[in-house]
Amino acid sequence: MSLIRIEHIAKIYQVGSEEVHALRDVSLTINKNEYVAIMGPSGSGKSTLMNILGCLDTPTKGLYIFDEENVSQMNDNELAQIRNRQIGFVFQTFNLLPRSNALHNVELPLIYAGIPTHERKERAIAALDKVGLGDRMDHKPNELSGGQRQRVAVARALVTEPSIILADEPTGNLDTKTGEDIMLLFNELNDQGNTIILVTHEEYIAEHAQRIIRLRDGLVESDKEVDKRVKPKENGVASN
Amino acid sequence: MRSYLFELKEGLLISLKAIRANKIRSVLTTLGIIIGVWAVVTMSTAIQGIDQAFQKGVSSLGSDNLYIDKWAWFNNDIPWWELRNRKNLSMDDYEKYAQMAKLPQAIAPTQWTRQTVTHDEKSLEFVNIQGTIDDYIRTTNLSFSDGRFFNELESKGSRNVAVLGHEIANKLFDNSYIVNQYIRIKGQKFKVIGVLEEQGSWVMGDFNPDNQVFVPIGTVFKYMQRENSRSITINVRAASSLDIDNVKEEAVAVMRRVRGLTYDQKNDFSINQQEGLLSAINDTVGVIQVAGLFITGLALFVGAIGIMNIMFVSVKERTKEIGIRKAIGAKRRTILGQFISESAVICLLGGMIGLGLALLSSLIMNQIDFPTTVQVDAVVLAVVISVMTGIFSGLAPAYTAAKMDPVEALRYE
Ligand SMILES: Nc1ncnc2c1ncn2[C@@H]1O[C@H](COP(=O)(O)OP(=O)(O)O)[C@@H](O)[C@H]1O
Ligand SMILES: [Mg+2]
Repeated sequence: MSLIRIEHIAKIYQVGSEEVHALRDVSLTINKNEYVAIMGPSGSGKSTLMNILGCLDTPTKGLYIFDEENVSQMNDNELAQIRNRQIGFVFQTFNLLPRSNALHNVELPLIYAGIPTHERKERAIAALDKVGLGDRMDHKPNELSGGQRQRVAVARALVTEPSIILADEPTGNLDTKTGEDIMLLFNELNDQGNTIILVTHEEYIAEHAQRIIRLRDGLVESDKEVDKRVKPKENGVASN
Repeated sequence: MRSYLFELKEGLLISLKAIRANKIRSVLTTLGIIIGVWAVVTMSTAIQGIDQAFQKGVSSLGSDNLYIDKWAWFNNDIPWWELRNRKNLSMDDYEKYAQMAKLPQAIAPTQWTRQTVTHDEKSLEFVNIQGTIDDYIRTTNLSFSDGRFFNELESKGSRNVAVLGHEIANKLFDNSYIVNQYIRIKGQKFKVIGVLEEQGSWVMGDFNPDNQVFVPIGTVFKYMQRENSRSITINVRAASSLDIDNVKEEAVAVMRRVRGLTYDQKNDFSINQQEGLLSAINDTVGVIQVAGLFITGLALFVGAIGIMNIMFVSVKERTKEIGIRKAIGAKRRTILGQFISESAVICLLGGMIGLGLALLSSLIMNQIDFPTTVQVDAVVLAVVISVMTGIFSGLAPAYTAAKMDPVEALRYE
C-alpha cells in the first residue's frame, strides 16, 4: 500500500536572474514499511527531494500525495501538522536545541502536538530508552558525543510515532563506527515496522536499505531493490 | 480554548528559559521599561497626591463660603486692569453689607499682611497675618488645640491679642505652654490667646491656617498697614451649601447698593467661591496630567523601541532554533505566540522592577512630606502597561519569526 506518491515533481530556485533546477521531473511511490536509500552526487537534488517529502518545502510543480492526502494543496498550518504528526526528521547536523537537555528536545514535538505534560514525559523517556540513552536524559547536546546527539535526534523523530522517518545523511557527521551504530538503529526501527527514507552517498550505508534510488541532476537515474541474498544485513556490517 | 491555554503556558515556559539564558541582555533591554513604568507609576501617584492635596485645600475654603473681594480669584475673564481700577472694598462697605444682608449665617471682614513675628530669640519672616473680627471663627471650621478665638470686646477694642496657626506655634515655641505668652509683630507685643489644631493642607502654602496668625483687624490698621491702602475681603458663610446660591444672589444685590452702582454699571466687586477654585485646580491638574502622560509615554515608547530592537536581534540569532521548531511541527501561530510572550514576560519583569522602584520613591517622597501612596490601581496600571508594551514591541519581531521558511531557517548558521 503506497504511503507516498509523487508525480512529476519539479523544484526550481531563482538565484538572481538564473533558474536552478534542483529537481526536474521526479515521480516515485513508496510503500508502508519500506526502507529506501536515496543516493547521488552532491548537488543532485537529494536534500531538496527530502525536504519536499518531509513537507518542509513545497514543489514548484507536480503532485504529492501523502497517505491519500493531497499535500500539494495544503497551507502552512496543515503542513506543520503533517510534519508534527506524520513525519520524523533526522538531519545530518542533528539540529537539537542547544540549550535544552535531551529529554526536553525529545519532548518538543509532543508539546506542539498538545500532549499533556505527564504523558509527554513518559513517552519521551520511552523513546530515549529505545535509542539507548535512558541514562543521558538531562544532558545538553554539548555534553553528548556526536553519535549520542544523533540518537537524541532519532528519539525525537520517533516519539510522535510518525508514519515515516526521513533521514538526510544521518551519518554524514559521524565516524564510520558511530555511523554503523546509527544504521543498526535504523535497521531495528525498520524491523519494528517503521517506514524509512534515508539519504547517503556511502554505498555500504545504502546497502542497509531494501531499495536504492539514485538521483542525478534532478532526475531519477535508477531505482532498484537490493539483493539481500548476496549481502545480508549482519554481513554488511562485518565486511566494512 | 484548552489547547490555546496549553500553548500559552508552553510559550511562557519557553520564553522564561530564553530569558534566563540571556540574563544580562534581558536586564539591559528592560532598562527602558523599568524607567518607563517607574515614571508612569510615580507620576500617576504624584498626580493623585497633588490632586488630593488640592481637594483638601479647596474643602478648607468650605463649600458654604463666599468671599466678596475687589479681585476675582479664579476667573480670568475680567482683564486685570479692570480689576485693578476697581475701588477698594472698605470697612464701611463691610458694615453696610453686614447690616443689609439677611441670609448669611456669619460675616467677617479680613485684611492680610506679611510681617515678621518674633518670640524671644526666634523670629519668622513674612508670616501671613490675618486681621479680622470675632465673627470670623463662625465663617470657618477651625478648631483649637488650646485657648480660644478673640471675642467681640477684644475685636472692637483692637486689643493686642493673637491666635496662632499650628505650624507658627510650633516654630516659635519649644514648649506647649503657649497661651498667655507674648509674641511681637512689628514691634508690638501681642498676647497669644489661642492655638489652632493642625489643619494639614500643605498645598495652600501660607494661606493655610497652619501658617497664619489671626489678630483683630483694628490692630492691623493701627500698626501694620494703613486702612484702605488695600481692599479687604468679606468672608460670608451660608447656613448650608444648599443656601449658597441665595446668599450669593443677595450679596450681589446688596453689594451693588453698597457700592452705589447704577443699573448700567458692571459689578465692581467679585464674589469668589470654592467652585471657582475647583475648576481652576481641575484645569491645573489636567495640564499636569497631560504633561506627565506625555513624558512617561515617551519614556515607555523609547523602552518599547529598545525591546523591539533586541527582539529583532534575538529572532535573527535564533533563526536556526526557529527552523528546528518549525521542522518538528511548530505552527506559525505557535512561533508568533512564543516570541510575543517572551517579549511580554521580559517587559513584565521590567515592569515589576519599575514598580518596586516606584514604591521606593513613594516612600522617599512621603519622607519629605509629599503625601503619596501607591494604590492598587497603580499596580494594575504597571502590569497592564508593561504587558501591553511587551506585546506591542514583540509583534513585529515575532511576525518575522513566524513567517520564516523552515528550510532556509535550518540552513542559517
Ligand atoms: N535555497 C536554494 N537556493 C538556490 N539553490 C538551491 C537552494 N537549495 C538547493 N539549491 C540548489 O539545488 C541543487 C540541489 O541541491 P540539494 O538538494 O541540496 O543537493 P544534494 O542534497 O543532493 O547535495 C544544488 O545545485 C543546489 O545548489
Ligand atoms: Mg544534501
